[in-house]
Amino acid sequence: MTNYSLEHQNYVDKVQKEKRKVIITRLLILIALFVFWEVAGNVGLIDPFLTSTPSRMYKSLLKIYSEGTLFKHILVTCGETILGFLLSTILGTIIAILLWMSDFASKVLDPYLVVLNALPKVALAPIIIFWVGNGISAIIFIAILISIVVTVINILNGFKEVDLDKIKLLKTFGASKLQILYYLIIPATIPTIISSLKINVGLSWVGVIMGEFLVAKEGLGFLIIFGGQISQLDMVMMSIIILCILAFLMYEIVAILEKKLIKHNSLKN
Amino acid sequence: MNYHTIKGETEALKDISFNVDPGEFVSIVGPSGCGKSTILNIIAGLLTPSNGEVLVDNTPINKSLLKIGYMFQKDQLFQWLSVLDNVLLGLKVQNRITNNTKDKIKELLITYDLWDFRDYYPNQLSGGMRQRVALIRTLAIDPTILLLDEPFSALDYQSRLNASDEIYKIIKNENKTAIMVTHDIAEAISMSNRVLVLSMRPAFIKKEIQIDLCEKCESPLKSRENPNFSFFFNTIWKEMDLSDKL
Repeated sequence: MTNYSLEHQNYVDKVQKEKRKVIITRLLILIALFVFWEVAGNVGLIDPFLTSTPSRMYKSLLKIYSEGTLFKHILVTCGETILGFLLSTILGTIIAILLWMSDFASKVLDPYLVVLNALPKVALAPIIIFWVGNGISAIIFIAILISIVVTVINILNGFKEVDLDKIKLLKTFGASKLQILYYLIIPATIPTIISSLKINVGLSWVGVIMGEFLVAKEGLGFLIIFGGQISQLDMVMMSIIILCILAFLMYEIVAILEKKLIKHNSLKN
Repeated sequence: MNYHTIKGETEALKDISFNVDPGEFVSIVGPSGCGKSTILNIIAGLLTPSNGEVLVDNTPINKSLLKIGYMFQKDQLFQWLSVLDNVLLGLKVQNRITNNTKDKIKELLITYDLWDFRDYYPNQLSGGMRQRVALIRTLAIDPTILLLDEPFSALDYQSRLNASDEIYKIIKNENKTAIMVTHDIAEAISMSNRVLVLSMRPAFIKKEIQIDLCEKCESPLKSRENPNFSFFFNTIWKEMDLSDKL
């Protein structure tokens, strides 16, 4: 082991202290928020019927758990989100590749992409329900629809930002367009692809919850709508908290993936 | 060579004709925007000239495309590949990875002190070293002609002198023919056997200057010390400067 100087040791200590301070403060804010919520609800500062309280949410959680449907709801929503997320990322990347391969197609389709991007995709939901039926497939379809256009646009832009001299270099080697794609464009764009994954995680959740509002008979989105209809705001709040946790976890997984994949692939040359 | 845009056409090059002998090092200097890089692109077969042709060993260039090695301003190393993988890139693209070619690459890397760094990534190397890796990557496909497009202009002055020295020695050692485009007159004189001075656009070859500083100058750094160096510098400087101000 290397022996560091005292100065260096102090520096490392300081950085770690700072890090700990950030984490502890974050947790304290969260705890303070929940304590305040609970106390304010109990002493009548806020109306627990409208805002619920952590303890009422916990009771609601136990109730659903004892009915044995809690994990089913979570699993359904998670499954739909992951599926929508994966499909829209894969399809979006494939479409971006095809558009990159054909300059003509990408020029022709440009205004269509812009319009599709600006269109609120939820507006298409009633049509989709007629097309693919009133069930999980409709939900996944909506999730894909919401995130795919952004994926295509982001990744295509990433492709186009690759240094032209690098393409020229491969051309002097005699590379074909497919080889340029394989050896250069895709590896060079991995940071862009990952950052679009991060956006897609969020958008997939939007799509799935939106879909569940419209058609579902199970899932967290269904619990939220159902809780609202029977004036059980405890159930609504609880579902939202679970959603927060799940969305956070999924985002973290993508972030870990990012760290693993782009060790040496910094955006700078 | 004419460039076409919707707004009109620009005559970039006009009546450019020159020969390069095997093993020779020729530099092309000229005012910025005069079409120096265009010449390289045509030689590399990346642009088709409006008129005329490029012959390598009496074969039109498009049939011998693979004999060209191109070096850029920036090293253009692929930052997600190790030094070794970067160097192997050209062979991979051309499907020429064999034990034989691999051994040759190993030899090249050992000769030029890069073998110990084969598992490093480009962002772990200095600018001069990266330019050296870039040159080895070009040499790996065994090109007949090297095209250097302002290869040192992205480096700071000191690394630039060192890098030009190293690159020069490697090119001479491997006995390669080289054509370099640069806007640095001193660099052109110190490295070349011959300097072509281009005019403003549409560019033609204004002057061809044979550089014979000394027979035994083995390196650009030594050439710079030669008393005749400033004579050549002034000659070229005048050629470039006078008419451009008119």
